[in-house]
Amino acid sequence: MVDQSIASLAKKLRAKEISSVELTQDYLARIKQLDGQLNSYITVTDEIALAQAEAADKLIASGSTSTLAGIPIAHKDLFCTDGILTTCASKMLHNFVPPYESTVTGRMLASGAVTLGKTNMDEFAMGSSNENSHYGAVKNPWNLDKVPGGSSGGSAAAVAAGLCVAATGTDTGGSIRQPASFCGISGLKPTYGRVSRFGMIAYASSLDQAGPMARSAEDCAHILQSIAGFDASDSTCSEVATEDYTANLEAPLEGLTIGLPKEYFGDGLNNDVATVIQDAVKEFEKLGAKVKEISLPNLNLSIPSYYVIAPSEASSNLSRFDGVRYGYRCEDPKDLMDMYKRSRGEGFGKEVQKRIMVGTYALSEGYYDAYYLKAQRIRRLIKEDFVKAFDEVDVIMGPVAPTTAFGIGAKTDDPIAMYLEDIYTLSINLAGIPAMSIPAGFAEGMPVGLQIMGNYFAEAKLLNVAHKFQQATDWHTKNPSLAEGA
Amino acid sequence: MSLEKQDVLKIAHLARLSLNDNDAEQYQHSLTSVLDLVEQMQSVDTNGVEPLSHPLEAKQRLRDDVVTEENRREAFLANAPQTEAGLFLVPKVID
Amino acid sequence: MNWEVVIGLEIHAQLSTQSKLFSGAATSFGAEPNTNTTLVDLGMPGALPVFNKEALRMAVMFGQAVNAEIGMTSVFARKNYFYPDLPKGYQTSQMDHPIVGKGHLDITLDDGTVKRVGITRAHLEEDAGKSLHEDFQGMTGIDLNRSSTPLLEIVSEPDMRSAKEAVAYVKMIHSIVTYLGICDGNMAEGSMRCDINISLRPKGQEEFGTRTEIKNVNSFRFIERAIYTEIERQADILEDGGKITQETRLYDPDKDETRSMRSKEDANDYRYFPCPDLLPIELTQEYVNEIAANLPELPVQKAERFMSEYKLSEYDAGVLSATRAMADYFEEVAKVAGNAKLAANWVMGELSKYLNTEGKEITESSVTAEQLGGLLVRIEDNTINGKTAKNVLQSMWEGEGSADQIIEAKGLKQVTDTGAIESMIQGVLDANAAQVEQFRASDEDKQKKMIGFFMGQVMKASQGKANPGMVTPILNKLLKG
Repeated sequence: MVDQSIASLAKKLRAKEISSVELTQDYLARIKQLDGQLNSYITVTDEIALAQAEAADKLIASGSTSTLAGIPIAHKDLFCTDGILTTCASKMLHNFVPPYESTVTGRMLASGAVTLGKTNMDEFAMGSSNENSHYGAVKNPWNLDKVPGGSSGGSAAAVAAGLCVAATGTDTGGSIRQPASFCGISGLKPTYGRVSRFGMIAYASSLDQAGPMARSAEDCAHILQSIAGFDASDSTCSEVATEDYTANLEAPLEGLTIGLPKEYFGDGLNNDVATVIQDAVKEFEKLGAKVKEISLPNLNLSIPSYYVIAPSEASSNLSRFDGVRYGYRCEDPKDLMDMYKRSRGEGFGKEVQKRIMVGTYALSEGYYDAYYLKAQRIRRLIKEDFVKAFDEVDVIMGPVAPTTAFGIGAKTDDPIAMYLEDIYTLSINLAGIPAMSIPAGFAEGMPVGLQIMGNYFAEAKLLNVAHKFQQATDWHTKNPSLAEGA
Repeated sequence: MSLEKQDVLKIAHLARLSLNDNDAEQYQHSLTSVLDLVEQMQSVDTNGVEPLSHPLEAKQRLRDDVVTEENRREAFLANAPQTEAGLFLVPKVID
Repeated sequence: MNWEVVIGLEIHAQLSTQSKLFSGAATSFGAEPNTNTTLVDLGMPGALPVFNKEALRMAVMFGQAVNAEIGMTSVFARKNYFYPDLPKGYQTSQMDHPIVGKGHLDITLDDGTVKRVGITRAHLEEDAGKSLHEDFQGMTGIDLNRSSTPLLEIVSEPDMRSAKEAVAYVKMIHSIVTYLGICDGNMAEGSMRCDINISLRPKGQEEFGTRTEIKNVNSFRFIERAIYTEIERQADILEDGGKITQETRLYDPDKDETRSMRSKEDANDYRYFPCPDLLPIELTQEYVNEIAANLPELPVQKAERFMSEYKLSEYDAGVLSATRAMADYFEEVAKVAGNAKLAANWVMGELSKYLNTEGKEITESSVTAEQLGGLLVRIEDNTINGKTAKNVLQSMWEGEGSADQIIEAKGLKQVTDTGAIESMIQGVLDANAAQVEQFRASDEDKQKKMIGFFMGQVMKASQGKANPGMVTPILNKLLKG
């Protein structure tokens, strides 16, 4: 069952080989059976899922052409879902039930997708290992002692283990791509503004972007088709027209120019990972692509720039969690100040508090120019590097992360080392371009993701490139033994 | 760049986070190491480079001035820790 | 020591949009708590702001009206601080790139001199909610209806040198925003609020003294009184060799004093930065030109026109153009009556007496401009005289109907038939034969004094309905025999 793609399931649903209710029951059963080991879900919405499945079966029977109709999926727990607990994996929102629906989840509901539940994540999307969750760490289905990556670790683990057909994630500095890489699935971070942020709980507003996490590029295309496009509720959502993301999946790659930034293959990149990436590039050459070495000279600066901009925006975005209108309020506050400080001090985890403080400091009087403005200037340099590169090449390729998934607890004592691991993903968010991670092989038994970066709004091209690779290889069809055994 | 404990307490106060002594010391170290990491930025000359706030550099869209929302007070208040008479309640505010 | 006072003002004008600055909630005043709110105004997780087109237009109109530079690219910034009535933990405002830049306006002082006051800037921002301090289980209640209501914050240069100048400036701003129709100017409901920056310096000294800021003063009278008491307080401190503390103060009208609001330790660091949920506002020159071309007539222009078109005195033109409502009322009366001077006298005289007695604004007048005009028409065509007209106005004020209805119902129409007037006068003379004898025996000077007596008797006999213009020649003729 875990090998089934959205397209093949959609066919089976229409051929009445299976009903959405049966499919949903199967997935709910798998979640019950396996998620005790993974902890990939925070909330499983059995009853809602079955009701939606029933409705989807009717929709299909009445001739609906929506590919997502009746397909059981999961949402990262930072998308507000009307009437369903939405926690952001934080004690701060342990009891928050939004009376409204995010645009992303709303559009998938409109497409007839079935919501199995809400997936675990790093608290407020801050982290690269999914160890910063009020609801406990998520395990990597390929090796339960390793992290699934973060912050969309629950979504990645659930997809890899076959606990949903596909899932939504969000990516602020690599939070879709890195867990996709660590868990051996396909994930797409669209162009900033391609997908509405309305109803998505913000980490860093100018970097956050929602996207699909699935078993294949083709499945990602189906989900992107549903969620992408203009939304009047988000001022930063682009009015650029969407494309038909499945129409050109099969387009040949002859003449495609791939840029390989030398900075992506320098010191710090694990040798086995490097080999996997080089082999993948050779595969593309076989498909007719040309390779060109390029340079993204300011890559190293993406780390400091990101770790100023993201915490600065976060420090302000997270001020609304104050114990007044929703969420956690401390017991017996002795006065207003005590209510603020203890509600926030007790409600937020350590990593979140740390980033709030970094941002508060970076924006404070006397430091703003040296930190925030400087970071924004560097952000422009990083963007210009990509703009220049895309004058010469069609897509850029490299690793997603310097290593494969690391051990749970291995880096918790050295958070800076963990920040440095984001080196290959952060600059993409700073520039706002789209990028994917697709399975490209294994190193020491763990999946390795290939990162494919594209120009602004070139999602269709990225999906085409990824799909052609997946037709030529079978890395994306590999399953962890945990999933196979079930 | 090294932060003093006093700095950490001041930042925590601005951010309305309660810290005990032990926390403050921990954060003193972890914040200092982030600031050290960030310090590399100062080695780059960015003279004449305009700050970039938004990747797309698009312009603000305008909404027509029409009332589109209806009263959903009860739905919103349902999430509040404490309410009375349609109001959110907080410990007494003293000006 | 001879002190010079230096005053600068920050005025918050609530823009009269239908919906809020960043959401589709209504802006109406006085609704049940928290019923005019959306997830944006409540700062719910995942809520995002979308900017109101009309607020932008209004801000640009104001900029044009005060001869200001318009920010062709303006940027929203977040002002970060915690307060229970500030739901997001930041106020969306503008900092480095306001929508309105440097401008100026002229105010006329009591002695008739004109003074130019500089406008530093005006920027768009959202309002906060309200904290209700009545006792709710010993707690404070938060109403967020006002949250995200659009405000234009108008910042002046420190150009004012007295309380009178400050009040004249605030009145001029009030008059401009109401003329433009971008703010209802209702200070009691908080539609216009004023922060006063005030400092003293020895006369002749160039540099400014340390200033204090008096927050949220919301009437012209309180502005004047707050400034007087604050000048006195600062002067006392300085005279004693003390130093002024830079701080925010609150004016208490009941005690007529200002008191410190926030202690220094709490001095806030607002951590302004460009709001990442909103994009820069880019204007085109066509957009700005179009607004400039369609700007309504402003108070100064209107006063000038009243003087040239209606031949009003400078004083009358100033009073009648002080608010757009007053000016519109007057012009309507003048149009219906066909006599602008008469209209001006009645609006500023009799009508204003009624308004003042009942503490009403012109917009709340019980007599409409059309009704008052209708009354003046009847003076003009000699149907009634001025004295009768005052009585008719009283009946109109009490809701008894139009001038014509009242004149008809009470039979107040002037007698204009010469024969009828003559016989009535003859009757009066017959009844006062002794006085007539006396009159005829007197010299011309004495006669002039006595004529008033006969005139009074005639008017009394006619119950005020005789036309005085017709009575006088007939009376003279009959008296002389």
